[in-house]
Amino acid sequence: MDAVPARTRGYVAAVALLAAPCLSRPPDTPGSWLAPALLAALYAACEHAVHRRFGGTFYPVLLAGAFLLPPSAAALVPVPAALLCPVDHRPALPRRVWRAARPALAVWAAARVHEALGGRDAVAGADFPYALLPAGAAVLAFCLVLTALDGGLRAAAGLVPPCRTWRALLARSLAPVAVHGLAGLMMAVLWRSPYGPVSALLVLLPMCVSWWVFAQYHRERAAHQATIRALVQAVDIKDGYTRGHSERVGQASVLIARELGLDDDRVEVLRFAGILHDVGKLGVPTRLLRKDGPLTPEERRIIELHPEYGHEMVRGISFLGEARTAILHHHERLDGTGYPYGLAGDRIPECARIVAVADAFDAMTSTRCYSRARPVEAAVAELERCAGAHFDPRMVRALVRALRREGWRPAVTADEPAYGTAPAERTPRTGAHR
Amino acid sequence: MTVLGLIHTAAALVAAGSVAETLWTGLADRGDALAFGLLVTVGELTRWSDDRARQAAPLGAAGSLSYALLGAVAGRPSQHDAAQVVTVVLVAALLGAVPHIWSGRAPTADHLARRVLTVGFAALCFQPLYNKGVFTAWDGPAYALLLLTLLALTSLSGTALAAALAHCRTGRPFGPLLREEVRGLLGIGSAVVATGAVMALAVAVAGLWALPVFCLPLLLVQLSVRRYAAVRATYRQTIASLARATEIAGCTPAGHARRVAALSVAVGRDLRLTGPELTVLEYAALMHDIGQLSLVDPVPAGATAALPAAEQRRIALLGGAVVRQTGVDPAVADVVERQADPYPEQPLAARIVRAVNAYEEKSRDAGPRGARRALEELRLGTAGDYAPEVVESLARVLAQPRTARERVPVRRPGWSDPAPGWVTHG
Repeated sequence: MDAVPARTRGYVAAVALLAAPCLSRPPDTPGSWLAPALLAALYAACEHAVHRRFGGTFYPVLLAGAFLLPPSAAALVPVPAALLCPVDHRPALPRRVWRAARPALAVWAAARVHEALGGRDAVAGADFPYALLPAGAAVLAFCLVLTALDGGLRAAAGLVPPCRTWRALLARSLAPVAVHGLAGLMMAVLWRSPYGPVSALLVLLPMCVSWWVFAQYHRERAAHQATIRALVQAVDIKDGYTRGHSERVGQASVLIARELGLDDDRVEVLRFAGILHDVGKLGVPTRLLRKDGPLTPEERRIIELHPEYGHEMVRGISFLGEARTAILHHHERLDGTGYPYGLAGDRIPECARIVAVADAFDAMTSTRCYSRARPVEAAVAELERCAGAHFDPRMVRALVRALRREGWRPAVTADEPAYGTAPAERTPRTGAHR
Repeated sequence: MTVLGLIHTAAALVAAGSVAETLWTGLADRGDALAFGLLVTVGELTRWSDDRARQAAPLGAAGSLSYALLGAVAGRPSQHDAAQVVTVVLVAALLGAVPHIWSGRAPTADHLARRVLTVGFAALCFQPLYNKGVFTAWDGPAYALLLLTLLALTSLSGTALAAALAHCRTGRPFGPLLREEVRGLLGIGSAVVATGAVMALAVAVAGLWALPVFCLPLLLVQLSVRRYAAVRATYRQTIASLARATEIAGCTPAGHARRVAALSVAVGRDLRLTGPELTVLEYAALMHDIGQLSLVDPVPAGATAALPAAEQRRIALLGGAVVRQTGVDPAVADVVERQADPYPEQPLAARIVRAVNAYEEKSRDAGPRGARRALEELRLGTAGDYAPEVVESLARVLAQPRTARERVPVRRPGWSDPAPGWVTHG
């Protein structure tokens, strides 16, 4: 998103106009400036440290502000951070305005709700459990305003139909913001207590550690996925023409699995099964893989060892689950003429039958050194001809249905990091909009 | 008496004395005791053991520390003494440990000893003075800072205790263990200290309601730590599988990468490398032969140490290129790339990998006397190829009885050896 379209600019300007009245009545007595100023400085510092490194937003300070201050003062807390923190992408001005106006409006609404329910007295008197009620209402208001604004921005950018996004955004952000709200409430209670702001600062430490560990987790996960990719690329080093084949088989396996209505975890496992199905080719001598012309029976037997090599290689990776049996059995045929074990019918694991269809489909529709690519219709006709003898008819029908509905766009190449992450996880986390 | 026995006896004495005194005087503030006991039990129930995460029960630790430093509940001064703190924490921890003992998962005796001693220390520093009214003059922020200082002292002594226990259990030198523990303190340990202090303060202000409200952020930390540990474990498995690729491709004999990794880590420990450095070393040792995958014809038996230097360096560079694509720490790729350089130009990890790999290749099929001869060859080669201090360390490690060397394995769930006699073609 390098250039900001005019509609988005207009939307940001409208939100800023809406936020302006919230900011227009600052506190009047000189002493009442202290708390907002401290909180704003704290928020700016946290944002600078947390947002830049881990790509999240630091809500506990904002919510503590909403629980401690009158609405107009609370709305000021996020503003300095938005103006001071560096912006990653250009143009900077609309981004800064958006980053200031969005949380300002949300905090203002939260503080308003909190005040109306008598929350500030409850916080000052540490009146538990009553204090939880206004705090909960304020968190809800905060979340609602944030998701409404985010959904509006997406709609203005023409990305997705707003109604569905709103519901998804709200569902995703409510739980984390609620935890942040509890931390914010504790911060506010301690701030007003005799122990003062120093003890309130301590509340932030576990949150920071949590962010830190979470960022480590994401780094490690990304590294893990890169390693899986490296396993595939190690095959590519030996066997040039399969480039991209693994990813496409993963894609086709996912198509079939979704069509069969398998649950999300199994679909993910099948994606890995498709990607890694040929990993055993690492064990086949490079000369054989690159050989032009027909293979002798001896050479063919060596190549047919690759499912067993692959299984041997990945059997230590426990998260792959049933993908490991899919790798072992993806060359079995329904009539028992396949390899390595010559299993027949239902004895072949379901996931292996899916990968077998996906593998054959991609082999036919892509160019190999020994054959030209065939059109999708011809490949489908061939699959249907062999259904029952080689392939499970149920899987073939599922593939045909999925292809008819979604089409086949094998755009994935070996260099694209497009697999391994579920779509839901690839979308930005709560509040990570820039 | 060993240090281990000393620690256990001290913990048992503290526990017995506290229980006896509490039985004598009876429980004060039963409601508070029950609430904190419940918190600690829940914290212990969610404990898990892992080779990396040292604070395996952060909630239990924070709850027991905050009970040790509890001065008031909703403005009313508390009445309990140090002995009661130890008793309540002990009973709660025992209750929470029942499922762990039942399934035989985690070493419970050490854990309990640590818990009793650290909590006893904190309570003994705070409760007698508080009950005498020494802290009445400390009000407001000063009191908060006092609690924080006490907690920091407690966790520092706790790390020393943990390092001593680990030293007794594994036989690794105390210094690096202490360093690792202190570094662990900066991560989740600081969250435990802060939560302990905040819980004590928040209960003083808002009463027992603060406990459930405050569990949540720490539970969040615990959840992320567990997920992190899980993804680390699968990552390690994947790296190990990638390393096995060379064995299956017939480039190297079965188990070579794993043996080089285990021996390298042992040498790295002997040379006092710390946690993250050991991880880099282990990954690099696992993947040190990966460059051979790029060769059209495999090196006979994968014995790279016998090749000309230029060829060795070419394979090392090819390997580094593959490792760079795996997304591991670039330091790992660096070690793999430089494993064939002359040792004065190498980082320590690369020196270790080079020497251990050469030793493994030379000693593998050489019969019973082969190990000593291989070591002699390495010593002769120290003039240019192998670093003398690494070869000496390797000799020390090899001189240890096999069980002592293997008593400190890094836990690898689900990582199995290749079946013996599994022949790869090639």
